[in-house]
Amino acid sequence: MEKDELVLGGKVFTNRLFTGTGKFARNEDIAPMLEVSGSQIVTVALRRIDFKFPQENILNFIPKNVTLLPNTSGARNCAEAVKIARIAREAGCGRFIKIEIINDSKYLLPDNAETVKATEILAKEGFVVLPYMMPDFVSAKRLEEAGAAAIMPLGSPIGSNRGLLTRPFIEILIENTDLPVVVDAGIGRPSQAAEAMEAGAAACLVNTAISAADDPVRMGRAFSLAVEAGRTAFLAKLAEESKYAVASSPLTGFLRAKEV
Amino acid sequence: MSFYSVIEKYRGFRFQDYFENVTEEMFLRSLRHAEEERCSEIDLLNFLSPQGDRHLEEMAVLSQKLTRRYFGRTVSLYRPIYLANYCSNGCVYCGFSSLNRIKRRQLTFEEIEEEAAEIAKSQVRHILMLTGEAPGKSDFTYLKTAAKILKKYFDSVSIEVYPLSLEQYSELKEIGVDGLTVYQETYDEAIYDKLHLYGPKKDYRFRLDTPERGAKAGLRVIGIGALFGLGDPMSDGFFSGMHAAYLLHHYPDTEVALSIPRIKKAPETFPITDIVSDSDFVKLLVSFRLFLPRVALNVSTRESADFRDRIVELGITKMSGGSKTDVGGYSGDDPSDEQFEISDERSVEEVAAMLKTKGLTPVYKDWWQLV
Repeated sequence: MEKDELVLGGKVFTNRLFTGTGKFARNEDIAPMLEVSGSQIVTVALRRIDFKFPQENILNFIPKNVTLLPNTSGARNCAEAVKIARIAREAGCGRFIKIEIINDSKYLLPDNAETVKATEILAKEGFVVLPYMMPDFVSAKRLEEAGAAAIMPLGSPIGSNRGLLTRPFIEILIENTDLPVVVDAGIGRPSQAAEAMEAGAAACLVNTAISAADDPVRMGRAFSLAVEAGRTAFLAKLAEESKYAVASSPLTGFLRAKEV
Repeated sequence: MSFYSVIEKYRGFRFQDYFENVTEEMFLRSLRHAEEERCSEIDLLNFLSPQGDRHLEEMAVLSQKLTRRYFGRTVSLYRPIYLANYCSNGCVYCGFSSLNRIKRRQLTFEEIEEEAAEIAKSQVRHILMLTGEAPGKSDFTYLKTAAKILKKYFDSVSIEVYPLSLEQYSELKEIGVDGLTVYQETYDEAIYDKLHLYGPKKDYRFRLDTPERGAKAGLRVIGIGALFGLGDPMSDGFFSGMHAAYLLHHYPDTEVALSIPRIKKAPETFPITDIVSDSDFVKLLVSFRLFLPRVALNVSTRESADFRDRIVELGITKMSGGSKTDVGGYSGDDPSDEQFEISDERSVEEVAAMLKTKGLTPVYKDWWQLV
């Protein structure tokens, strides 16, 4: 079998489950979750990082071999996101940045227009930019032009665990952009992650469904298996589905009968 | 626009009659709406009715589920700093009221530095600065200078001071203040008028529109609520929830936090008729969560350690810890009298340890100053 690698910002990843850090009951569960799931990219909100108190600094709970994807959670516009990204880089959090610009605290939906602007600025500054977005075709094209390394459309509202409500739109993005499409937000069950991967997503980012599970370590493993299964199915190419059952006595059979 | 339009819409609405007529069927329909996260104001009323008492456990289970969904298993911590307790208002229920002869103080800027340095020794990066309402003593320039000092020590500075103008909130935002807390005390205009004898606070409407001015100025977090027990707790609960919904609707980039401070002990001149029981408190808390799944819910050390330990599992997302409510209480040897008695005297470390035993992660820092 061919190697199946995901390349982002020149880095090679062999695991396609991205995970989060902000909602765990015990930060001590983060490292074992990463280990058993094999997740190689983990997102962390810069607003939660405290460099003054290293003992409770969330970064201490993340193993060094995992790629850190700091996010701009809390940013309400392009200027704030850019500022947060720069702070993250100066603080030694690496080149990767997940742009998250939300100015709606009711549904926590992203602002695509501001996200495109921030992506352009940060990509030019050498960041590996992964923007969180509403799955909108035009915005995806603009993010591509702006230099995004991948796009991260939401499956459903953050934390809602409602799965791939936006599936038709995510499929449009997968078919029409050259960027890896990472489904972010809304995935509540491993089966939903598998569904996203079967549909051709390059990866899934799962936070709440893992961290809020009774056993987050085991749930991390479940998601990793589901992502791998979905990815493998995508590569193996699913058998064609037929939308309509084929009746044993076809309704149009009489046409052929006439021909005989 | 003003939230006053909602107050007017409900003028003459007979809350008690409505509450009494909520049937189990109506209540269960509202509970389904909460599961589907599409509650209306009618649903909020139904949760607050006596049916809510009968179904409190079901509401609590759903409240916990929704909280974990949106906040995970985390609780954010903050600490208060009382800068001054001079006050020109006559609020009959308040320890700081100018009606009371108490020991009063205002911290000098040097003292603010000392207090801030002391408070900042704990890991909590969020501070709430409070004053009484005495613009002659604690004027706007004083507030601005105090905020600038606190900014040196904390990542997030919120204010709970007397209501200011839109321009003043904008100025404070410019120097790095990111949150505003202001309680309406009671949404019942007639009772409000009776309880506030004189002073700037007498102006119900100016206070009511204060959270909106803060949101308009772009402050990131707006904390609201009533002082439960002054008016009918359930109708005050209804308006608190509606006020939060109003702010979220009109200022979607603002994070709204609701609190349920309840009056426990007031001066003898003010007999309390509607003591809010623990079970009423819980009903208010879980009703807010069902109505607004993403709203922050805050509890101070006004509540006892034992009670806080219980409700933290039901939907609380923010709490104070290691608090002093006297002016100069952290570092000075001559503090003022307290605004209210602290019921939870535990240190930040003890509160954090409690959270961990409950399977909750204490969040010491959840913001990064962008100014």
